[in-house]
Amino acid sequence: MNTIDYTKEPILVEGDRTLKQIDDAIVAPLDRIPNIKFFIAIGFTLTLLLIGAVALGLSFYYGTGLWGNNNPVGWALPIVNFVFWVGIGHAGTLISAILFLFRQRWRNGIARFAEAMTIFAVITALIFPLIHTGRPWVAAVYLLPYPNQHSVWVNFTSPLLWDVFAVSTYFTVSFVFWYVGLIPDFAVLRDRAKGQIKKIIYSIFSLGWRFSNRHWQHYEMTYLILAGLATPLVLSVHTIVSFDFAVSIIPGWHTTIFPPYFVAGAIFSGFAMVQNALIVIRKVFDMKDLIPLNTLETMNKIILLTGTMVGYAYVMEFFIAWYSGSQPEYFTFVNRAFGPYAWAYWIMFSCNVFSPQLFWVKKFRRNIPLMFILAVFVNVGMWFERFVITITSLSRDFLPSSWGHYYPTLTDFAILLGSFGLFFTLVLIFVRILPAVSIAEIKAVAEGAQPTHHGGENHE
Amino acid sequence: MSKKLFSLAAIFDKPNDIMHAADSIASDGYTKYDVNTPYPVHGMDGAMKLKPSRLGYFTISIGLTFMSLMLYFMYWVNNIDYPQVIGGKPFFPLPALVPILFEVTVLTGAVLTVVIMIVFFFKFPNNSHPLHDSDYIKDVSSDKYGLYIESDDPKFDLDKIKTRFKELGASRIDEIYWDEEEVKTVNRIMEPKFVIGLILIAGFTSFSAYMHLNKLLYITPFDWMMTQHKVSAQQKSDFFEDGFAMREPVMGSVARGFIPYAFKDDIQGAEQNLLNSLPATEENLKLGKKKYLTFCSPCHGDFGKGDSRLKGQFPNGPTIHSDKVVNWSDGMLYHVITVGQNSMPGYEKQINNKERWAIVHYIRTLQRAFNAEDGDLQ
Repeated sequence: MNTIDYTKEPILVEGDRTLKQIDDAIVAPLDRIPNIKFFIAIGFTLTLLLIGAVALGLSFYYGTGLWGNNNPVGWALPIVNFVFWVGIGHAGTLISAILFLFRQRWRNGIARFAEAMTIFAVITALIFPLIHTGRPWVAAVYLLPYPNQHSVWVNFTSPLLWDVFAVSTYFTVSFVFWYVGLIPDFAVLRDRAKGQIKKIIYSIFSLGWRFSNRHWQHYEMTYLILAGLATPLVLSVHTIVSFDFAVSIIPGWHTTIFPPYFVAGAIFSGFAMVQNALIVIRKVFDMKDLIPLNTLETMNKIILLTGTMVGYAYVMEFFIAWYSGSQPEYFTFVNRAFGPYAWAYWIMFSCNVFSPQLFWVKKFRRNIPLMFILAVFVNVGMWFERFVITITSLSRDFLPSSWGHYYPTLTDFAILLGSFGLFFTLVLIFVRILPAVSIAEIKAVAEGAQPTHHGGENHE
Repeated sequence: MSKKLFSLAAIFDKPNDIMHAADSIASDGYTKYDVNTPYPVHGMDGAMKLKPSRLGYFTISIGLTFMSLMLYFMYWVNNIDYPQVIGGKPFFPLPALVPILFEVTVLTGAVLTVVIMIVFFFKFPNNSHPLHDSDYIKDVSSDKYGLYIESDDPKFDLDKIKTRFKELGASRIDEIYWDEEEVKTVNRIMEPKFVIGLILIAGFTSFSAYMHLNKLLYITPFDWMMTQHKVSAQQKSDFFEDGFAMREPVMGSVARGFIPYAFKDDIQGAEQNLLNSLPATEENLKLGKKKYLTFCSPCHGDFGKGDSRLKGQFPNGPTIHSDKVVNWSDGMLYHVITVGQNSMPGYEKQINNKERWAIVHYIRTLQRAFNAEDGDLQ
């Protein structure tokens, strides 16, 4: 077993490359015609996307009766999927904003990719509440406070409207953050471009960036401000998503632990998704030096931490349900663990609580196939967490006379598959057409890139 | 033709060199110079003696401004424009508005900071700067560190700066010129490419608007549920044996409030037996007037003088002030309204029982008014 010195910050860019070689390594996937692996992968994701698109088309034409949604389980799979995908997005902002504020320099190699995943995950997530309205092409009328002659406004005190504001703000700010990070990289691409058309496109998106230090100064300030704004924003988004549940009075939802528990769960699943995708990308595009094993190990530690927090929340929920003495509350939790949806509950519990605990062992943290499988488990578990929360509470609330049972239909599953297809198609296209690692940021943390102490001034 | 010099630029290979060079050039008193590095180099702001960025002040003032505007907007919606009790909460439930206030602050603060940075601090987008496409920028965008002094600088002296750069350890020194295109200040708004582009955009916009408003909105499922799986009245339906979608009422059904009329073919009976049991109150007279003006006045005239408003398109109704009509009994008037007379149709279906009697009252009032006696004024 090789020993790792944890007392020093590990080298962030391995392989002793020069800055020029770093450029080449990052830009390589953009310049060459992709290999067969890429086409197989995108063919697979496009197939999933097509399945989802067909299912959605049928749902629009015949109506939402094709889904399993019923009374009392009106929210059902669309909301489960929405919460799942929004949660996936949170890891990206955590990496790009919170770790930036904490000066975690290892984030530089994965920040761009994680931010892109945030944007794609939020796009995927936004589909679900929109289709859940039944007629998404007029959803803007329901969701936005638009001026009209009837003075009919949205209800500003509703958690569902908070959600509209939170998720759209989250998307916009993430996108702006991402684009600001891309400006210098577009300029690098512009200066490397051989073809005329490529050059024009990159010039337009680079806005004419000149790497001027007078610009870098404001640029870094803006980056800091955006990170400072995005940090409370990312915490607020899943808090508000949890308010959709917690502000209602349904047993199992009406709990104050929901906001922190949802945020921890979101970061948990998001990190698992980023880790999965990074393992694939560094393999397919030969970026093992830019995304070193040390980074993946650090991510596994965060998965372990947030997974333990989520496990604590599960147990504490149960305890409070008993301790509160509220009969419907207690019933709901017993019903979750031993009722008709017990299978979902135990899939959730074993995937989320037990599997990340293996990361206490250093050997497992640094074993790529194993960590990949564990992260897949985490995502399966986190999807089931949302399923358990949404479905069990709605299907059996206070009045036994209004109980009902819910199963998703084939169309529901097809749309879920389609959402994975959309997400991974966007990820693959992104890696193909934009630098998946931030060129400017990774160069800034390469060996010898920064002046030695005192700015290299000669003290004669 | 001599090109216009923009600047003299030096390339350095090591971050330490550029730090030293920037520090020295700033100390020499040059003002129009800049350092270009592939990534932000730590401590460069200090070496160039730049003031800290003021962008943060913009962010906070924008965020707070929009937060206040949003707060007022929500107050206006809930308290002024359409006050509405929601969930028994007050009209201005401040805690419930906090999430939206927060989101609006972050959204406007973040987006407008970036816009201000790009547009006002950087003067971007600007793709016609002389540095673009030079070897210099291709180097500093990758792995070199550059410093240039503009020819506009008051202390600019080509040879002096060249020696200074060499002294500081520059690995290459470039002279950067303005592009011909960039110096030209011709108005290019009428260029065919631009004009054709505008026409294409206009064409596309009109076409898509037309298709959207005239075609798309009539296709299922965008047609506001116009196509539905149900049968409408007057439609054919295979479900019933008779092929009609609309059902007839059960035999013997009577509509609510229906009173059969006993003297349909018995004008004598009506004249002798029917009496107006409706009291001649002000309310009933008003009802009679209203119904008279609606149903009777087009042919008989507003005051019953037989002055039709139809101007000969339809036979004029006779006056109701003739001796014949004045001498009719109430029952006779009622009968004529109900079943009609000569070319006048019956109004049984349109005017109900009570209203017909109210009209009779009103006709009597009109007749009295036209043949008033002396004592009536009292």
